[in-house]
Amino acid sequence: METLGFLMEGFAVALTPYNLMFALFGAFAGTLIGCLPGLGPANGVAILIPLAFALGLPPETAMILLTSVYAGAMYGGRISSILLNIPGDEPAMMTCLDGYPMAQKGRAADALAISAIASFSGGLIGTIGLIMLAPVLAKFALSFGPAEYFALFLLAFATLGGITGKNPMKTVIAATLGIMISTVGIDISTGTQRYTFGVLELYEGIDFILAIVGLFAISELLFFVESRIGGGRKKMNVGKLTLTFKELVSTIPTQLRGGILGFISGVLPGAGASLGSFISYTLEKQVLGKKGNFGEGDIRGVVAPEAGNNGASSGALVPMLTLGVPGSGTTAVLLAMLISLNITPGPLMFTQNADIVWGVIAALLIGNVLLLVLNIPLIGFFVRLLSVPPMYLLPIVTMVAFVGIYSISNSTFDLYFMVAFGAAGYFLRKLEIPVVPIILGLLLGPEMEKNLGHALVLSDGDWSVLWASTLAKSFWLVAGLSLVLPYVVGPLLRRRMNAAMKESPTSD
Amino acid sequence: MMIKRCLSFVAAAAFSLHATAWQPSGKVECIAPSDPGGGWDFTCRSAGNVLRDLGLVDGSVQTVNMAGAGGGVAYAHTVSKRAEDDKLIVAASTATTTRLAQKQFPGLDADMVTWIGALGADYGVIAVGKDSRYENLNQLLDAVKKNPKSVKFAGGSARGGWDHLKVLIAAKAAGADQLPAIPYLSYNNGGEAMTQVVGGQVDAFTGDISEVTGFLSSGDLRVLAVLADERLPGDFADIPTAKEQGIDAVGPNWRGFYMPKGASSESKEYWRDAINTLYASDQWKKVMKANGLIPFHPPAGEFNAFVKQQVQDIEDLSREIGLLK
Repeated sequence: METLGFLMEGFAVALTPYNLMFALFGAFAGTLIGCLPGLGPANGVAILIPLAFALGLPPETAMILLTSVYAGAMYGGRISSILLNIPGDEPAMMTCLDGYPMAQKGRAADALAISAIASFSGGLIGTIGLIMLAPVLAKFALSFGPAEYFALFLLAFATLGGITGKNPMKTVIAATLGIMISTVGIDISTGTQRYTFGVLELYEGIDFILAIVGLFAISELLFFVESRIGGGRKKMNVGKLTLTFKELVSTIPTQLRGGILGFISGVLPGAGASLGSFISYTLEKQVLGKKGNFGEGDIRGVVAPEAGNNGASSGALVPMLTLGVPGSGTTAVLLAMLISLNITPGPLMFTQNADIVWGVIAALLIGNVLLLVLNIPLIGFFVRLLSVPPMYLLPIVTMVAFVGIYSISNSTFDLYFMVAFGAAGYFLRKLEIPVVPIILGLLLGPEMEKNLGHALVLSDGDWSVLWASTLAKSFWLVAGLSLVLPYVVGPLLRRRMNAAMKESPTSD
Repeated sequence: MMIKRCLSFVAAAAFSLHATAWQPSGKVECIAPSDPGGGWDFTCRSAGNVLRDLGLVDGSVQTVNMAGAGGGVAYAHTVSKRAEDDKLIVAASTATTTRLAQKQFPGLDADMVTWIGALGADYGVIAVGKDSRYENLNQLLDAVKKNPKSVKFAGGSARGGWDHLKVLIAAKAAGADQLPAIPYLSYNNGGEAMTQVVGGQVDAFTGDISEVTGFLSSGDLRVLAVLADERLPGDFADIPTAKEQGIDAVGPNWRGFYMPKGASSESKEYWRDAINTLYASDQWKKVMKANGLIPFHPPAGEFNAFVKQQVQDIEDLSREIGLLK
């Protein structure tokens, strides 16, 4: 097989001691960057670009370094989600939902271990997908027009109720808030400014990084301050690694599903890792229904989004390498790096720059193994990080978040905004309005709006274009089903589950 | 320590004897009004490296990223807080003049800074997918003239942004009248827009030549015209200009710098010369070649006037399509 030969050549490039060293460094630096709130993979890669230039690295080494940072950051993002309930980056948001409850139950070590393994298998599935399917998938992505994208995002919002849903109304309120926030700034379809009030800093809209750090990190700090006033929060029991082999095996289907779904959402330009982890989690919840106790520390609730977001991070490389179109924010930065290395991204990259492309792919595989090897023994290290009393840890995390945000934008305005988000997050959480849908609204809202506008321009205002193609129709169908099914089948299933549970009370 | 500093001072003084009277000492800043990784960031970092290699600055040039409002935050910062800074240059491009022309930096206009020079340009192109029925620019624009809604364009800038304006410049030059009616779909970047054109979802792509190189060499995209005065060098020599096809439309997206208006005239003189030296150097030619930049360098004295003219043109056009009242 031709591909295999290319891959072997790729390994030959990636396995030279020099490149391996940079892969290792990138993986470690990436994990650290990923676990710091506010610094996601996109910023991590952007921060290391000047370093790659300063060291005068050859193109393949530079790309290997940056892809390792990318993969590492996707791993690292989960750590603070689990330990602190603060996502290290936006795709790790879904990991909070079950990772933090697991940590609260004293199973932090397990959550970290299983999420590292899930990240590994997600990354592996994604990379294998990338190797086998890159050219085919590139063509598939081309068949997505505005109407299909609109239907896809509609599907994402339709399944939203499934994520945090004790009270679907509150989820809807939260998502609406997110969409409202996302309308601030220039409307690219009309070129007009919305809700900017002549304030320059608002012209490009509100950066979702600010929203994430504010809503999660700052509000967590506020909660902590409050609980200290009221006599202090009880110290969290970290727990030893109690993960059994049987439990590990039981999550394998989840890992496969998550990895594949994540990979697919990564391939679609503009969808990216957040959608990957989100869809994986919701699907898992739909599939298992009440069999699991999602939201309360179900191990599969940690596995699904982690496999999903790491699958997506490899998937996002498909459109970047084959079409020159970034599938996510981070690949956009990688793309800029490729261009400045005098490599023209696009359909011909696989033939013209085969050494770099396959070197990067091999580096991804190696990076994944390195990361797993790095992450399992480092669990002790990260758990010790949690053992630092919150009264020291939270202020440090907050400080790092402030410095991180400021270092990206050099803007004090952003810091004020972040604090405002923090205060808002505190009150929202007091009202038990989940904050995750806010971020999703903020991330997906503008894309959905843009594609709706485009579809209608293309059809001269004919709304039926939105469900004209088979692909779009199937998205509408799935979206409709996921809205209706929980209400129709849910009670039925629950009754059966309850009956089954009485017979064998072993579930988790 | 003192001796060392004295020595380096003497060395620096000796070195600069042959240069102009004023030379920046200590930290020189280049503001890139975007996040790391964007075009302005590239302008600052690559120009900064060459400036240092050529010995035009004695230390290094520090790139400061100041994103916001498409360059507006950096513009306001330069005008209000750094008005007399001799050692500050700010990266700019046609995107900056577009926003200035459309009054998108409230209360600020192009006269409030000094435009010191351009370092090359990326020229506009209009392209279609390989299976498109349009073989040349005239066919495409004739269709637009007949029915403005018949050709849908996709580009990487917002409505009213530079990619959109290029379509309007060409359509206007071809004699189309209903400019506001021409459909334009804006995407987050040129790549996304191009995929839609290659995938057959949208009729035509408007962007810069550097964006299309991948799809051009693979044959998926057919570039109907480049909006330049003359044919571009190298691999692009086969692409006809709009002018050749009888449509007088030119759209250079230049890369260059401005500096605070209140800076001393010696420093302005120095930076204009430095940009000239930089542009003429072999190092910069390499950078341009590696990054797909096309020669574009109005003489130092005329650059200010060029920018003013561009702002005026864009303002007129924006008024015509109703973006400006």
